[in-house]
Amino acid sequence: MYFGRVYVSYKKSVLDPQGEVIKSGLTHMGFEKIESVKQGKYFEIKFAATDMENAKQELVKMIEALLINANTETYRYDLKELGD
Amino acid sequence: MKAAVIQFPGSNCDMDMMHALKDFKVDATLVSHNETDLSDYDAIFLPGGFSFGDYLRSGAIARFSPIMEAVKQADEAGKRIVGICNGFQILTEAGLLPGQLMQNEHPGFICDEVKMEVTNPDTKFSRDYQTSEITLPVAHGEGRYYADQATIDSLEKNHQIVFKYQTNVNGSTDDIAGITNQKGNVLGMMPHPERAIEAILGNTDGRKLFESILDN
Repeated sequence: MYFGRVYVSYKKSVLDPQGEVIKSGLTHMGFEKIESVKQGKYFEIKFAATDMENAKQELVKMIEALLINANTETYRYDLKELGD
Repeated sequence: MKAAVIQFPGSNCDMDMMHALKDFKVDATLVSHNETDLSDYDAIFLPGGFSFGDYLRSGAIARFSPIMEAVKQADEAGKRIVGICNGFQILTEAGLLPGQLMQNEHPGFICDEVKMEVTNPDTKFSRDYQTSEITLPVAHGEGRYYADQATIDSLEKNHQIVFKYQTNVNGSTDDIAGITNQKGNVLGMMPHPERAIEAILGNTDGRKLFESILDN
């Protein structure tokens, strides 16, 4: 069994209104040194694969087919094999 | 004309669309998102709402509904396909229209009437408009049209931008409120023409859109 963690964020050129609102909230709370806040998405996926290479390929396919919209989002992931 | 109005779980403008189509004497039928055949229909309408709760991204899950294969076949056959609001979001996620609808630039849901420009009065969806300035209702939290510059340039070059906001209420790139695909048979727009067809409700600027569609 493999365990993938996927981090999705907006591309730099894309405005993130939620991040802006959170930044404003934090600033009002007294955290005045914040330069920027971006809100993203986080996924944990457990799945079976034949080996690490196959697991990587499958995870990337899942991410690009559904988890992100390539118009505006980018991603990174880490992946490990789970022990029994 | 026979028209299908697709009902996804969470659609909430489906009955408004049925009401509007029947007002124009269109033989309209509600079709479940679980159906797989749209070959009987001349035009397909994807209504507004919050299909699948807007989970993941608005429209992202609806694109996997069985009906979407039939919608793609209808597109290949050159049939008219109209996505309003959530329907527009579904059409972009399904790749039938370019770009993406994102959260409004200023936080919050907008429920208002907005002045728009009919930027292309030569489409199957806008050819009956005599005036270039119209007013239509909008109701959305995720209506900010976004596409990269190359896509916007291509939309402009091919005259695919049908409607632009006069006041950009949601921060859409290039003030875009509605676009067609390159072939011109698929329309997506955030404003609600189906809510603007009766004088008693204060606005009839949506009528010409339906008349354009019916005007073969």
